[in-house]
Amino acid sequence: MLSWTDQSLKVIPYKLIEGMIVAAYAIGANFGYIYCRAEYPLAISRLTHCIHECEKYGLLGDNILNSKFNFRLKIKKGAGAFVCGEETALIASIEGKRGMPKPRPPFPAVSGLWGKPTVINNVETLSNITSIISKGAEWFASVGTEKSKGTKVFALSGKIVNTGLVEIPMGITLEEVVFNIGGGIPFNKKFKAVQIGGPSGGCLPMSVIKTQVDYESLKDVGAMMGSGGFVVMDEDTCMVDIARFFLNFIQSESCGKCVPCREGTKRMLEIIERVPVAYKEGIDKYDQLQRFKGIIGLKRLADVIRDTSLCGLGQSAPNPVLSGLQYFKDEYEEHLFDRRCRSGVCKELLTFTIDTTLCSGCGLCKRKCGTEAIIGQKGEAHYVLQDKCIKCGMCLETCRFCAINVN
Amino acid sequence: MANQTIAQYPKGDRSVLIPLLQDIQDAFGYLPEDVLTEAAAHIGMPLSSIYGVATFYNQFRLTPLGKNIIRVCRGTACHVKNSANILFGLESALNLKPGQTSRDKNFTLEVVSCIGACSIAPVICINDDYYGRITVKEIDKILKKYQPTPAKATSVKSPEVTK
Repeated sequence: MLSWTDQSLKVIPYKLIEGMIVAAYAIGANFGYIYCRAEYPLAISRLTHCIHECEKYGLLGDNILNSKFNFRLKIKKGAGAFVCGEETALIASIEGKRGMPKPRPPFPAVSGLWGKPTVINNVETLSNITSIISKGAEWFASVGTEKSKGTKVFALSGKIVNTGLVEIPMGITLEEVVFNIGGGIPFNKKFKAVQIGGPSGGCLPMSVIKTQVDYESLKDVGAMMGSGGFVVMDEDTCMVDIARFFLNFIQSESCGKCVPCREGTKRMLEIIERVPVAYKEGIDKYDQLQRFKGIIGLKRLADVIRDTSLCGLGQSAPNPVLSGLQYFKDEYEEHLFDRRCRSGVCKELLTFTIDTTLCSGCGLCKRKCGTEAIIGQKGEAHYVLQDKCIKCGMCLETCRFCAINVN
Repeated sequence: MANQTIAQYPKGDRSVLIPLLQDIQDAFGYLPEDVLTEAAAHIGMPLSSIYGVATFYNQFRLTPLGKNIIRVCRGTACHVKNSANILFGLESALNLKPGQTSRDKNFTLEVVSCIGACSIAPVICINDDYYGRITVKEIDKILKKYQPTPAKATSVKSPEVTK
């Protein structure tokens, strides 16, 4: 069985199917499941087609190639739960239950699907079996570093020229991936960070860009290989906003079984949400104290969540925040002390005004404004009513004359 | 239709629950209560447990959907490429919040965690059409394609034309 975050499967499903047949023969399994997200209909239809073809040629089914070995494959469509990437949760999901992880031991290899011994691996792992068997272990081990062998597929995305899937040998540096393979950052912007390993990976800055891409080195600098997500961020990305985004995601995807993950990530999110808020008169002294207290306690809270969560989702949930605090402390401090967001992303800290000399009075922003915060006669300069403005930035996006100022 | 969908599955087998719910949703667009009651009896599982599973997974819905389903990707790659603004633009253009259906049942706005098209971020998906690398300015143009065509205004004048 396997979970799937690997899109390359859309292209080469036979490699996976062959790998699974070999693995099943090795352990004596007669039934295999491919667990695939229902959001990838193309992948599911191609897999189904390939499985049918294999059945037609007698490579799947009873008595495969007269070896007296029976093996069947079934596709299980996921129903949209991030936690089902965790092995015990995935098994619960195949059994038709809520996808909640179980404590280990017993490990799936002892008691897995329907209480039977189960081998559960990632698509990439099983796909590699074919080439290792046919070309030999030495050939496979000749690529990569001493401890991390072979290649790894990454999904390059974000603020980078060449997006898409790339397969790289282990051990090349992040710099090579970003600037050579990825083609660098578009529009001559400055590189800020690269986020590796999906929502629970870490954000790595320019200072560690010479890090080798392998399991150990990435772990040392606070990221992880994870699913192979590789999101590049430029100077227009705010790291506090990214931390908030990931916590929001983890919070909504937490299955709610164990307390550290369910409650802990909620508290972390509350702390981070307090950081990018604008100055208000009156309640401010208490608010200021709470913000500092929150940030001071954040590291400890993150450690507790990491050490006490039941499954990988919770254990790695604090990673984006911890790596952000480690590498982008100055940005957090800027939000805290100066109440300023240098990337202009944290909308609450911005003020929108209209440059009266540039405004043509077309009224486009006025129509687009969701809160009717822009007033003005047609053909004359418009104004923003600050107390009505919710800082959504729609006017900035719609203005054709660059008349909206943000600071 | 409900009977056919449910009868494909073996009686009393609880492991088929998720594929069964997916099939019901494909057939009806959501999970109607009476069909779920029938399904519960068929596979021998309490309705409450089925409700537990149906609410756990993001895919399942217990309320009917609109004619056009707009799914906004809010994955990491899309977030970095400003999908929050796209979502806000859609929210204000349709006057809907994520998860809601418009009163004329034409649009449903949904947020998904990843569509799997990160290389063309930011992405929205309306029914089965993907729109990649979109900007807020394009939203109106895209939505126009899915607006119901207004009843023909010419029908009032047509008697004159035939005279």
